[in-house]
Amino acid sequence: MSQAAQQPATVAWNRRHVIDSSSLTLEEVKEVLRTAQSFAHILSRPVKKIPTLRGKVVVNMFYENSTRTRTSFELAAQYLSADTVNFSVSTSSVKKGESLIDTAETLAAMGTDAVVIRHSSSGVCRQLANYFGNRLCILNAGDGYHDHPTQGLLDLFSLQSRIPDLAGKKIVIVGDILHSRVARSNIHLLNLFGADVHVVAPSTLLPAQIERLGCTAHTDIASGLENADVVMCLRMQLERQRAGLIPALREYIRFYSITQERLARYCKPDVLVMHPGPMNRGVEIASEVADHKENSLITNQVTNGVAIRMALLYLCLSTPVDRALDPLTRSVGLPEGNGRLYQARQVEGERVSV
Amino acid sequence: MKTLLKGGRVINPATGLDAVMDVLIEESRIAVIEKDIPASQADEVIVLSSKHWVVPGLVDVHVHFRDPGSPDKETTESGAAAALAGGFTTVCVMPNTSPVIDSTPMIQYVVNAAKPTGMQIHPIAAVTRGLEGQEMTSIGTLVQNGAVGFSDDGRPVSSANMMRKALEYSKMYDVPIVCHAEDDSLCCGGVMHEGYYSTLLGLPGIPSVCESVMVARDIELVRYTGGRVHFAHVSSKESVNLIRQAKKEGLPVTAETTPHYLALTDACCQGYDPDFKMNGPLRSEEDRQALLAAVQDGTIDVIATDHAPHTPDEKAMPFDCAPNGVIGLETSLGVILTHCYHTGLLTPTEVVRIMSSRPAEIFKLKDSGNIAVGQRADVTVIEPDAEWVVDPSQFKSKSRNTPFKGQTLKGRPILVFANGVKRVEDQSALKEPVPSR
Repeated sequence: MSQAAQQPATVAWNRRHVIDSSSLTLEEVKEVLRTAQSFAHILSRPVKKIPTLRGKVVVNMFYENSTRTRTSFELAAQYLSADTVNFSVSTSSVKKGESLIDTAETLAAMGTDAVVIRHSSSGVCRQLANYFGNRLCILNAGDGYHDHPTQGLLDLFSLQSRIPDLAGKKIVIVGDILHSRVARSNIHLLNLFGADVHVVAPSTLLPAQIERLGCTAHTDIASGLENADVVMCLRMQLERQRAGLIPALREYIRFYSITQERLARYCKPDVLVMHPGPMNRGVEIASEVADHKENSLITNQVTNGVAIRMALLYLCLSTPVDRALDPLTRSVGLPEGNGRLYQARQVEGERVSV
Repeated sequence: MKTLLKGGRVINPATGLDAVMDVLIEESRIAVIEKDIPASQADEVIVLSSKHWVVPGLVDVHVHFRDPGSPDKETTESGAAAALAGGFTTVCVMPNTSPVIDSTPMIQYVVNAAKPTGMQIHPIAAVTRGLEGQEMTSIGTLVQNGAVGFSDDGRPVSSANMMRKALEYSKMYDVPIVCHAEDDSLCCGGVMHEGYYSTLLGLPGIPSVCESVMVARDIELVRYTGGRVHFAHVSSKESVNLIRQAKKEGLPVTAETTPHYLALTDACCQGYDPDFKMNGPLRSEEDRQALLAAVQDGTIDVIATDHAPHTPDEKAMPFDCAPNGVIGLETSLGVILTHCYHTGLLTPTEVVRIMSSRPAEIFKLKDSGNIAVGQRADVTVIEPDAEWVVDPSQFKSKSRNTPFKGQTLKGRPILVFANGVKRVEDQSALKEPVPSR
């Protein structure tokens, strides 16, 4: 059994939720990465199971299609001996008025310890945490265009295995930034480690004031990639063409596709390439780049995803309820009741004028 | 029945009055306004102090009472109770009910439903049948039956040609077209202001230009037709600039903004609480400052709440799926006093003008917005310095969707007379009544 698994959650971690990357502190992220490191070796064992979360129940609530993230969470929980249930719902039935809170309340009543949520609407994990306080662990597996903290953390984990000190390293995220929760997670987390984060996209796929999140925005691939240490590609979807955000997929490929030639021309010689998957080969990334033996981290990302999710499940489920951060106030202790939905309580550090 | 309001500070912008005076209400009318009216003339004497403002009943020209169609959200009765509790004695109700207020029987329905409430509820009728933007409603007949303005509120009149015709036609009756300024093609699925916070929160944005491009179009149509436009719930700096310029040019445009735009910003959406979701959306701090300046310089004529009730169940949805709208009747005065009066932005007279006399003037509500001898006795007494905490469970409205829940506000109504009848009285804020001799 790993060292981390034998101890109760450390002082560096006192959360029962992982909802947004932007609220994680450097110390918390380091703790996740340390814990993931200690779990990573379990994945290469012939018997991939430790009893750490035996008796705990983890439910995957996936309101949006996802194969890899759901499988990754499911395996992570099972490697830790938790019982897992998959709960898939079509988004359409939610829009018809089915209440997410009712569903989660039902699951909690059945003895669920943690829920992992993927949803097409930004903010649902925050809304659930506002409602449940700390009595249910809530892990965000991607909400709308808001955040995908486990992806951001696994990207960081994968990167640090190759570049231990990210300070000052130029990391370039290329693609549909507007619709990307992965981009937002990475911008927040990479900034914690002092990386020099850049984003590249056609102007119609750059969200308003993106630079205030802590990055430099480019519309020109050459200036974006110049001297890059790492390039992260994002999935480019055909729907963006239909929505009038890009004139044609072909035009996008012509100006933004990550090819071996572009990498060689603009980036550092040993530039690393990442992709959160699923890939559109030949669109945002050329196959030769994706399959590059030394410089592509794409398969490592998938492996590391399981270790990161094991770490987060372990850390959150090991945090005692009465020692956990209040998801709203960030103060430690039990929240006062859960009477009304979405109680209006000011979140620390957020400027709410009134 | 004669009631004497003794010793309050009477503030009536319509006549330029601002002095400590006594007001004698006799039945449904204001009988006397003088200094030192003898208590013996009244059946009831209410002793006020110079710290109390005695003002014409407040007027809100933009509310949704959901009647007919959604009695679970609000009814005329509950909406009226909320209005009175907030110091309002006159409201204009929007026509986007089910069915839509676009015909004579529907106008008569609203007028009849209003009668038992004892307050003034004036219908604003639809510009186009069914709010569908295709055929104009019978504006002349609807005016004869009580419509005081026309609006497809909730939606814009998308066709510039339809708007042109509506302005030309409504000009014959000198009634305003109330413009919900939004170019829906620019909104494209947005749920909050497009800016830093929409990027941070990953929510689709509604750019300010979505509103201002429509304001610009309608100003040009006003210039061409000479019809009157009243811009509803103005939220952005760009719209304010366009309206200011149009007024400088003498065009017949007026505008309202809401208490929430003056008090809150898009930063409030960070908890993904749908009680901060409305259309137009809460905008940036820069927009808020521009609106405050516009309120001060008169570019914004009117405060209106856009009181839009939704049930807690409807609002307990993901932010992007939840319905638009917040309620405001019971917090409006407190918010405006807190953010516009106590900050020194507006004088007491200006507060009363923007919340009572000016909206009455724009919509030609002759029984509203004026305390004068012979006028209908719609009177609100305000205690401007009283601090209170907004507790939605105490609301008269059937709905609870207020973004001000839990906030401390300074200033509230303590006494409301509608048509001479005392409808709201906060005993704790008043001295013991003096028995008449």
